Amino acid sequence: MSQGRLPILELKEITKAFGGVEALRGVDFALHAGEIHGLVGENGAGKSTLMKIIAGVHPEFSGRFMLDGKETRFRSTRDAHAAGIGMVHQELSVAPDLTVAENVFLGNQPTNRLGLVQWRRMAREAGEQLSRFGIDVDPMTRLGDLPIGLQQLIEIARVLFSGARLIILDEPTSALSPPEVERLFTTLRRLRDQGTSIVFISHFIEDILRVSDLVTVFRNGRKVAETRSADTSKGALIEAMIGRGGETLEHSYTDDLMLPPSGGGSVVLKADQLSFGRSLQHVSFEARAGEVLGVYGFMGCGQLELSRILFGKLKPDHGTLAVDGAAKTFRSTADARRAGVALVPESRRAMLFHQEPVYKNISISILERISALLLKPVTERAIAKRQVEQLQIRPPVVGLDLGMLSGGNQQKVALAKWLTYPPRLLVLCEPTRGMDVGAKNDVINIVRDLRAKGLAIIVLSTEPETVLSLADRILVLKRGAVVREFACEAVSKDRLLEAA
Amino acid sequence: MASSDSATRPADHQRPRGLGSFLRSQMRNIAPFLTLILLSGFFAIASPSFATLDNVGNILTQVSVTGIIAVGLTFVILCAEIDLSIASIANVTGIAVAYFTLQESYVNIANVPMPGWAAILLALALCALLGLVNALGLTVIGIPSFIMTLAMMQIAAGVSAMLVRGQIAYKVPPLITTLGSGSIGGIPWIVIVAAVMLLGGHLVLTYTRFGRYVYMVGGNREAAEFAGLNVKLILGAVMVISAVCSGIGGMLGVAHFGSAQQNEFDTYLLDSIAAVVVGGTSLFGGRGGIGNTIVGLFVLGVLNNGLDHVNIDSFLKILIRGLILLAALIINVYAQRLREQAAD
Repeated sequence: MSQGRLPILELKEITKAFGGVEALRGVDFALHAGEIHGLVGENGAGKSTLMKIIAGVHPEFSGRFMLDGKETRFRSTRDAHAAGIGMVHQELSVAPDLTVAENVFLGNQPTNRLGLVQWRRMAREAGEQLSRFGIDVDPMTRLGDLPIGLQQLIEIARVLFSGARLIILDEPTSALSPPEVERLFTTLRRLRDQGTSIVFISHFIEDILRVSDLVTVFRNGRKVAETRSADTSKGALIEAMIGRGGETLEHSYTDDLMLPPSGGGSVVLKADQLSFGRSLQHVSFEARAGEVLGVYGFMGCGQLELSRILFGKLKPDHGTLAVDGAAKTFRSTADARRAGVALVPESRRAMLFHQEPVYKNISISILERISALLLKPVTERAIAKRQVEQLQIRPPVVGLDLGMLSGGNQQKVALAKWLTYPPRLLVLCEPTRGMDVGAKNDVINIVRDLRAKGLAIIVLSTEPETVLSLADRILVLKRGAVVREFACEAVSKDRLLEAA
Repeated sequence: MASSDSATRPADHQRPRGLGSFLRSQMRNIAPFLTLILLSGFFAIASPSFATLDNVGNILTQVSVTGIIAVGLTFVILCAEIDLSIASIANVTGIAVAYFTLQESYVNIANVPMPGWAAILLALALCALLGLVNALGLTVIGIPSFIMTLAMMQIAAGVSAMLVRGQIAYKVPPLITTLGSGSIGGIPWIVIVAAVMLLGGHLVLTYTRFGRYVYMVGGNREAAEFAGLNVKLILGAVMVISAVCSGIGGMLGVAHFGSAQQNEFDTYLLDSIAAVVVGGTSLFGGRGGIGNTIVGLFVLGVLNNGLDHVNIDSFLKILIRGLILLAALIINVYAQRLREQAAD
């Protein structure tokens, strides 16, 4: 559609490394006026890095950067902004307590000579601009009272009104309901027809195919395909994303993997019709002793909320939990712990005490068992020592402050605190994220050992490899609902991606 | 051999930290102690009447009520919360114990005389109840402790006002009189009570499971919750402990001053917070303890007492106290940062 015209943005041979690791290797990318360009790729494939270069977040890179045919270098996001490039991040950056009008004009409200805000003018102009955009709301409403989808549209509107002619949208649809997605797409198409260029990053390949004119696929820092959306399919894109033939040493899970025939013992946890706000809708499942249940889904699919509900940190709006057949209502995480549920959250910051020694980090969850009133530091250290040896935590010094350990070892400490008195159900969020291959294998072996000991284990991850390497049965969550269950059948990375 | 590997690695790991790094990580404990030594040295040189045994006794007595109140406040601040109602609760508890004691006929208070033990128990129940209200506001309703205890400060002052109605009561139960103003073998009872309570607080914080939980909740509340601790229960408990310590300080204070009246304890709010923070307990929670509070108490005590021994404008004293407090706060914040750097 845009052949023959000069691209407004053209990048050539872009290479960008972070501390010796190449995030982008010789990538070419071009964008024309009035074009919606979809970007797909796995986490870490390089698409976000490229967008951050375009938005001026990363000023250091090698390669040529041409805007309107002229070679340019942005030194900061401010430069990019001045050149008419705006980015809407996955997490909304709106001020929910301000009015719609204030949000639209955030940072450049119209003022009179005394520096006072001209409310009436601001409301009128915001209303006019929004209605041109197809949004019909009272500009004086508090933004937080509007549905998420509308808030997101208003954020996009703000980026546009600030003069952007090139907008980068990072995962804009993950929090939206289908009608909201529809509204967003209508707006994007209208903007395109008015000449705005849009880059659309998403894990939802159907969405990409529906709205974009061109799709570029990234893998391992390289651009591996660029095609017109009309000429490709979801399957072809997934294949390009994950590549065939396993280029890395790690198991790439591109081939079919047989899930074991339904093993597992008694039902340890039964979740029935769990709902939580917009994040979870009627989620039901069972976790069995001696079985690893994988829960896969994209970021924002409701996994985090699900894990918090299982551990009593969030209360579901509807639905029930039963442990070993007895209905449970957790009023605190202590209730969940006493009922035999353990959680290792995804963030180390959230689960460890960095300024305390290793042994206190390990003993914290079992102090109730080893001491009535007075602490027993000798026992604590002995227990910690045993765990440190079993999990091969380095350095093996239980008195060292936790902050001195490497990330992978910290992760093991987080796991270790639940292992002296094993729980009935262990919930692991992103158990191998950011680990090197060796540490990953250690964790995989630990989880398999625990399964052999008869624990029920739930692994939640946004990385298909993590789920595939650990799970005996897999649930796929999409926008808060279970959309597919894989049990005693063949499964592979592309089948998971296809389902999500 | 594996053992040689494990034997050498921790040493390798610790060596680059060195003495400088150790001192940096201990900054929060060292700085207040240095302050104390410098202040004491200064006043000892500046005034011959400062460094006498009698005066040391004076200082100990002067910091006792603050010390008793600061025990509970240390628990609260270790949890990264604050209690602004301590002085008001001390006041109302002191007034309550007098209210339940028979006053002389010339005291115009509609008091409800009771046996001494009952008066003491009722007064303790009152401060525990007020602490429980703080606890419920903080944990169940979710009001930040700063605001919740600000309201409680006013509520407790209101109850005080209702009880004494502008009058002054003098009598308290004999046990309280003895503990507040008596002495044994030349040592004032109030100093002994303060010492015992400080020691008790230290033992609880250092050697009990509850004490460990207090540090862990203060160190990283989210992690404590993910470790399956009942964080709300622990926060509630420290608010009640703080109120009860304040109440005990209030009862003994009333006996010590010889009267119970409105606004009697107003200066104790700032003094107690200052003692805890000047001592080096982190306002961000999880670091410090009763040992720090004791040093902080002495810094304040030496400062207040010493300024009376040297010849300076009495109006300037207030400013000097303020500046010293500011210096301590700056050290507190920097100590936190240095420690975080040392841990990196």
